[in-house]
Amino acid sequence: APCPQWPYCRKRCSYCSFNTYAVRAPDEAAVRACLVREARTLLRLSQVHRCVCGVRSEWALLRPSVPTCSFPPVPYSVTSVFFGGGTPSLASPGTVAAVLEAVAGAAHLAAAAEVTLEANPSSASTSRLAGFRAAGVNRLSVGVQSLDDAELRMLGREHTAAEARQAVEAARGLFPGRTSIDLLFGLPGQSRDAWAQRLEAALGLCDDHISLYQLTLERGTALAAQVRGGALPAPPQDLLADMYETARNVLVATGFRHYEVSNFARKGALSTHNLSYWRADEYIGVGPGAHGRFVLRGEGGSSREARVQTLEPVTWMREVQSQGHGTRRRAVLNPLQQLEELLTLGLRTDEGITHERWGHFSPQLSLQDVFGEPGEARALQQSGWLVLDSGGLRCTWAGLAVLDSLLPDLLWQLQRV
Amino acid sequence: MALAGRTALRWGARLPSPCPTAGPLCRPAWLPAARCERHYSSRDEGKLDMSTYPVERIRNFSIIAHVDHGKSTLADRLLEITGTISKTDRNKQVLDKLQVERERGITVKAQSASLFYNHEGINYLLNLIDTPGHVDFSYEVSRSLSACQGVILVVDANEGIQAQTVANFYLAFEAQLSIIPVINKIDLKNADPERVEKQIEKLFDIPRDECIRISAKQGTNVEKVLQKVIEKIPPPQCSAADPLKALVFDSTFDHYRGVIANIALFGGEIAKGQKIVSAHTKKRYEVNEVGILTPNEQPTHKLYAGQVGYVIAGMKEVTEAQIGDTLFLHKQPVEPLPGFKSAKPMVFAGMYPIDQTEYNNLKSALERLTLNDSSVTVHRDSSLALGAGWRLGFLGLLHMEVFNQRLEQEYNMSVILTAPTVPYKAVLSSAKLIKEYGKDQITIINPAQFPDKLSVSEYLEPTVLGTIVTPHEYIGKIITLCQDRRAVQKEMLYIDENRVMLKYLFPLNEIVVDFYDALKSLSSGYASFDYEDAGYQSADLIKMDILVNGNPVEELATIIHKEKAYAAGKLLCERLKETIPRQLFEIAIQAAIGKKIIARETLKAYRKNVVAKCYGGDITRRMKLLKRQAEGKRLMRKIGNVEVPRDAFIRVLKRETDK
Repeated sequence: APCPQWPYCRKRCSYCSFNTYAVRAPDEAAVRACLVREARTLLRLSQVHRCVCGVRSEWALLRPSVPTCSFPPVPYSVTSVFFGGGTPSLASPGTVAAVLEAVAGAAHLAAAAEVTLEANPSSASTSRLAGFRAAGVNRLSVGVQSLDDAELRMLGREHTAAEARQAVEAARGLFPGRTSIDLLFGLPGQSRDAWAQRLEAALGLCDDHISLYQLTLERGTALAAQVRGGALPAPPQDLLADMYETARNVLVATGFRHYEVSNFARKGALSTHNLSYWRADEYIGVGPGAHGRFVLRGEGGSSREARVQTLEPVTWMREVQSQGHGTRRRAVLNPLQQLEELLTLGLRTDEGITHERWGHFSPQLSLQDVFGEPGEARALQQSGWLVLDSGGLRCTWAGLAVLDSLLPDLLWQLQRV
Repeated sequence: MALAGRTALRWGARLPSPCPTAGPLCRPAWLPAARCERHYSSRDEGKLDMSTYPVERIRNFSIIAHVDHGKSTLADRLLEITGTISKTDRNKQVLDKLQVERERGITVKAQSASLFYNHEGINYLLNLIDTPGHVDFSYEVSRSLSACQGVILVVDANEGIQAQTVANFYLAFEAQLSIIPVINKIDLKNADPERVEKQIEKLFDIPRDECIRISAKQGTNVEKVLQKVIEKIPPPQCSAADPLKALVFDSTFDHYRGVIANIALFGGEIAKGQKIVSAHTKKRYEVNEVGILTPNEQPTHKLYAGQVGYVIAGMKEVTEAQIGDTLFLHKQPVEPLPGFKSAKPMVFAGMYPIDQTEYNNLKSALERLTLNDSSVTVHRDSSLALGAGWRLGFLGLLHMEVFNQRLEQEYNMSVILTAPTVPYKAVLSSAKLIKEYGKDQITIINPAQFPDKLSVSEYLEPTVLGTIVTPHEYIGKIITLCQDRRAVQKEMLYIDENRVMLKYLFPLNEIVVDFYDALKSLSSGYASFDYEDAGYQSADLIKMDILVNGNPVEELATIIHKEKAYAAGKLLCERLKETIPRQLFEIAIQAAIGKKIIARETLKAYRKNVVAKCYGGDITRRMKLLKRQAEGKRLMRKIGNVEVPRDAFIRVLKRETDK
């Protein structure tokens, strides 16, 4: 799954620590050419005649042997593309079309492949969205974040609640059943009741997919500085736990499947692309600062590599122009590292880590061999945080909320095997 | 005690050699040529002949002062005036060689110098015996003073008499030394020498007109101080005809030459080749070298009664030249000089490497540093939480801080130093225990050894007599502070209209942690404090345990006065609550005396702990963090099912930041 990254935003949000650049008028033609070129290069290296492209600036590749997607496995085919960023909805539909053409030219892009674009309400007019659809986008993820103007201002967003509503409605019109919204909770000063209201409003607006993120105060962001300086209150831990619990319960009661820590879907509208991350599938990151995980079959390789593209857009472009790609760092992941990633990502989902998936990465030692013996995992099962059964290893409802307290124990047990 | 090393190289770099060891070109400028020749024998070029200084031409004296009142600056001037060192702008705290001394403006390590001075046509040998300026080192001060017949008492013209001035005065007074009061820093804008003269008169009963007003910095009236030293201080009362009797008042360690002992001769003479004996260890040595300090070592043929210098005699460890010991000639034993004591630690603290892989480096740094400081006691210790380390005994708080600072500065070692504790005692009543220990009174350093009340007739705690000098507006707050620390007032005296001297008997443990900081902060830095050992007193002591989910945490057990247990228990529980990370279940942190719980904090269980966004992009960084946490599991101390990180122990046990 290729994930092309559009690294530019009009302005940086107060909570954002992503690799984004507030550039008013980037040289779009040059960036487009580089995205296209890098996508071609990396797809050739991975020999993903069968991959999923995600454009967060990454593309998820689907391995043919591992039938994880809703559509039939096609050998070497791209099953999803995710345009992320930055703010990819600031790019022109022509750029999106060019990248998709490049993907289709270098690999098999299945007709049913999921092609998602992240859109900001401030750059999501109906005509613009229609342009993206015409370019090949078939799923939209709208960065609503909040449906309250004061909260949106605190977050440094450029849009109002009304504009967010319009954007979602426009998106639903063009991508019915395939529109997702992002919401944040745990904002400084946000009360339990305020959150319940936002949630209710969001339920009235949304389609079949919602991502709910607890606001993370990342170091170096304006918002974190305000909280640290005492200008804004730090949200209490117990309140955050309550907000999360409320949201999970409300959404599940209204028919959503809580399929990942922060993601909810109904009518089977799960994000194929994001599932590919949590299932530790292969994905190719394209664009400045994009990450990827894939096997370099094109070079005769057989081990999974972690790759990071150069962060700074101008440097990245120079590298792509001179060598076809801007990979800054590559590291071969050893089998233990691959299992560690699988554990860390897989337990975020409701299905957990299936025996088949585990067996793919660890043909010798089964889940039972590693975690069925007396030890940390057994103790966590007895305390009701974890389940290991015929379906695989997964968190209980309660365990999912405290996964980060379970993982060090599990990783420590895994390391000792 | 000997805290410092003597580094000949450093001296060589800073000072022109004041002694003509390399021929006539190096002849000291301050000596007239004719006289100089008299000093050096033709047979043994380069060695001074000290026989020209009989006792009546010798004066032995110290300078005593509160910190920063200008003791070292005055010493610099005296050295310059007598030509002992050349006069340059760089002579600042010449006798304070250690970085820690220069930074803190204190003298840790006594450093002596012999000065030659011509007064009314007669050449005198003036031995300036420097003393450590702090009562932590009061034993060393008293030994240094016992080699003197007089002292220069320096008081800052602006600050007036301070706590340490009082303590030092009484040490000199009790030793029946002549006292020359000097009021320093009269060049400062706020100087009020008159007020200080009145204080001196009132407190020390010294007539005002005996005070000399000087500016050591500018050299004003310093010559007058030298004249007074000759006129007022009597020469030492002893004879070269008597058998050798030498007091060891300091010692240092040199990697090439072994122990260098500073000595004062109370009788006889000492020369190379003599066989000498230590009265304390009874060990015999052969003298390799004797000499005077100017202030670096200058060999002489002999040292005679009344003189002060050094001896090198093949001693391998500083413990062989203990301060206060008496040296005499083999087969000519003498009555040892009175007042010898072995160093007695008053304050104990655990020391651990921050990282256990540093254990061996720290061990060798400790060994090297204690080579020069025999007063630090070192016992191996280990803690389940902090790993292998040591329990160190120090003379006092400053001594502990200086030791730690030297470890950092001179050996580049960072360590975990636990909050200091004091040595308690128990008078045993149980026949079984008495038999077990072979005595009916035991010293308790480790809470694990605390005997149960049922087998003890009395617990004892060490006390100190504290002197506080303060502007009177802070009296109320200071009295409250002292009462909070269980102190008993012994004396209160206005030393002038604005300043008060208070004397309190303190339990030592009440001042070892943060008393000085508290005193300084509530008096805006104006109150000064000093203390001296005052023996043991009966105390209602108990052992307080800390429980985590019902399980006792051995390294957090403390011996404490019953009155203080509640407050201390509460504080410990609160600090632990802040430092133990939340876990998947609720954790009770309790302080207990026996079975009785006296404080409790509850650390609530995690209800949510999962990162919100986890997609392809940031997984690498995230894995690093998780793996660090997984590896951290190895370093966790498990108390029952509760994981307590080493950091939590460090933060709870560690001494608060430096003053």
